[in-house]
Amino acid sequence: MKGALSRLGKYTGMRLVFLLLSVVVAVYLTVIIANMGGELDRIVEAQIRHEVNLQYALDPELQRLPPDQRQAMIDETIELELRKRGMDRPFFPQRSLDFLGEALSLQLGRARLITSDTHSFQVSAIILERLPATLILFGTAEILLFFFTLLMALFLSRRYGSVLDKLFISLAPTSAAPGWFYGIFLIMIFAAALRVLPWGGMAPSGVQMGFNWEFVSQLLRHMILPVTAILLSAVFAGVYSSRTFFLIYSMEDHVELAKAKGLSSRGIERKYILRPTLPPIITGFLMLLISMWMGQIVLETVFNWPGLGQVFYQAIVMNETAVIVGVIVVFGYLLCATVFILDFLYAILDPRVRVGIGGGR
Amino acid sequence: MKTLLSSLRQLRRYPSALGGVVLIFFFVVLSLYAVITVPYSEAVRIWSDHGERLANPRLARPVWFDWFTSERLPRTIVAGLADEEATLTEEPLEDGMKRVEAVIPIEYHYDGFPSELRMTMGWSFEPDVPRPLVSVYWRKPDGELILITEDVRTRGAQTVYIETLEELNARLEMRPRFGLFAVDRTVPREEREAMQGTYELIVQGEMREGHSLDDVSLTVYGRVHGAAGTDHRRRDLLLPILWGAPIGLTFGILAAIGAQMSTFVLAGIGTWFGGKLERAFLWITQVNIILPMLPILIMISHLYSPRIWTILGLVIALNIFSGSMFGYRAMFLQLKESPYFESAQAYGAGNFRIIFRYLLPRIAPTLLPQFVMIVPTFVFLEATLSVLGLGDPYLPTWGKMINDGYNQGALQMGHYYWIVQPAILLMGLGFGFALVGYALDRIFNPRLREL
Repeated sequence: MKGALSRLGKYTGMRLVFLLLSVVVAVYLTVIIANMGGELDRIVEAQIRHEVNLQYALDPELQRLPPDQRQAMIDETIELELRKRGMDRPFFPQRSLDFLGEALSLQLGRARLITSDTHSFQVSAIILERLPATLILFGTAEILLFFFTLLMALFLSRRYGSVLDKLFISLAPTSAAPGWFYGIFLIMIFAAALRVLPWGGMAPSGVQMGFNWEFVSQLLRHMILPVTAILLSAVFAGVYSSRTFFLIYSMEDHVELAKAKGLSSRGIERKYILRPTLPPIITGFLMLLISMWMGQIVLETVFNWPGLGQVFYQAIVMNETAVIVGVIVVFGYLLCATVFILDFLYAILDPRVRVGIGGGR
Repeated sequence: MKTLLSSLRQLRRYPSALGGVVLIFFFVVLSLYAVITVPYSEAVRIWSDHGERLANPRLARPVWFDWFTSERLPRTIVAGLADEEATLTEEPLEDGMKRVEAVIPIEYHYDGFPSELRMTMGWSFEPDVPRPLVSVYWRKPDGELILITEDVRTRGAQTVYIETLEELNARLEMRPRFGLFAVDRTVPREEREAMQGTYELIVQGEMREGHSLDDVSLTVYGRVHGAAGTDHRRRDLLLPILWGAPIGLTFGILAAIGAQMSTFVLAGIGTWFGGKLERAFLWITQVNIILPMLPILIMISHLYSPRIWTILGLVIALNIFSGSMFGYRAMFLQLKESPYFESAQAYGAGNFRIIFRYLLPRIAPTLLPQFVMIVPTFVFLEATLSVLGLGDPYLPTWGKMINDGYNQGALQMGHYYWIVQPAILLMGLGFGFALVGYALDRIFNPRLREL
């Protein structure tokens, strides 16, 4: 038992190292891309030079100075301005690494144009304000997706070959389309044509946010379409692959033996089918989760959902480097946390990890 | 190769796969048709050119919209002096003056009102003398004569947007496109009906001998246009409908080939050499699959270059160390044990010869289902970038069409054709590949076959 625990610890530790490493790589890539590989610094520097020169040209006092003395003063001021911003050092590697360090320790800095609803330029304020919206939408969708897929797949594997089973199999290819795609159709049908559900957003503008009945009911109403869109884009393929796993495992010899021994079908399902199939199912769900987190930028834009994805898109369009990096860091940590939790589950469920054959995947 | 072909032949046993093959075939034909009828440079030019679209109505539905309603929706009518039934008469007046009258009949047999009216006139006259004095009238089929403009000195070549004539608006007490066509102008808006029959546009001018009226033409813009309708900038949407196919297909297939092949080859190399190289590959893959792919693509597309080839290259680069590395590795590991490779090494074959001649080809057929199934992902990826407004700005694609429609409030205004047509085509293309992919998966994985 002790050996199992240490192996479990080693496995999860290794996974954590990898996850954090990918966050570091992702954030560093983002820092480089969002600063256009240092190009942005040169633009800002040119701007500073221009402003300082203008300031000196407009000041009559300073114009009386001899030209070389004035030039020296101009250079000194520019130097000071650059040093104040830390721009006297090259972008590679020092400044980019500084940015990386600040981002990873969640010192996200200030935005230039985007503000939070409380008119704060602090990136952390902007992100904290958007985070709950994203978490509630995707949390709900992911949990629903996971349990619905699992239960439906079990149900279908019991009723293998039925009409419902065939329906789910034939609908599996529809999962090729991403969530926003179904979102547009859903908006068209339920908001535009039938006018029974809202177009988007989280709640009508008059409703006070918080734990009051009106807000919660409006929130639920506004969540129906985006959650359905996410489910539609993933549920059929998910059910198909889980069901296939269940069927393959239920034809194994040890299951036949258990049946022959007269164990109850529920018990067989739990102990001999669900148990060995869960690890691959969790891996599949994990990959799905990763792609869904990315896809939410478009989904939030389509549904005008005031979450992280939407603010990320705005930030890119407005060249808000600080916000872009901030969102990627928070995204990265969130994804890291979800993946880690699932990985931990995987480790507990997969006997190979505990026993130490093959070392994980 | 033989096994590959025989496997493909098994596809016939899956009706869904046949459906998929038919869908893919349809899109290939559509692509060829697009590329042949409208060459690439021509497509890009028409899509971004403003001049030549004046003949198209704005926001018109596709022509087939008629099939679903009992009404016959108005088409665009262009009538002018060159028409056979049009007449031009001259009548001399005193003092070297004359009166010219052009009558242009317009057959209107549609239900509903046109969307816009535009008239152009061309007059020639000498400078420094009073210019021709022009009046324009409109005669309805029931004989009612409506004054459009009266006694205006012309400026020569002239375009009149009849909808914007304030005086006419005031005289009719409604928009001219309704007022000039309504059976009864007194009924409320919902009950208004368009009168069918022959209308006449009458242009009169008083001018000196030697001056002339060269040209009159009237465009009555309809509510339906072409096989796919038009957008807010009068562009014929048939162009993006057609060109979306080759762009989507090429992008999807090239990205799938690039991404799959690179992973496959690297997995082969890594597994064959083993040791540190293999471990490094696996580590990179573990990090790479969690990278925020779409945000990186969006940033690059916005900050650097939104051209489709940049995006394609980037997509492939980001997918070199994709998750299928693990699956391939498992297959290669099993294969590596076979004595076959030992004998190859014994006769002195080099590592790369073994990898590319013996190791990779053995597993290559199993690439097919994954490859086919992954195509839709990339087709939709291109559409996703376009929907965010970050697609290639020069290319008419389905995603671009959805983006335009969405931004112009097509859903709110009920211009569903604008979004539904490209969405259905996208779905069809994705569905085609997915159907074939699922069937291939069953053929290549015998364990799935009996299920």
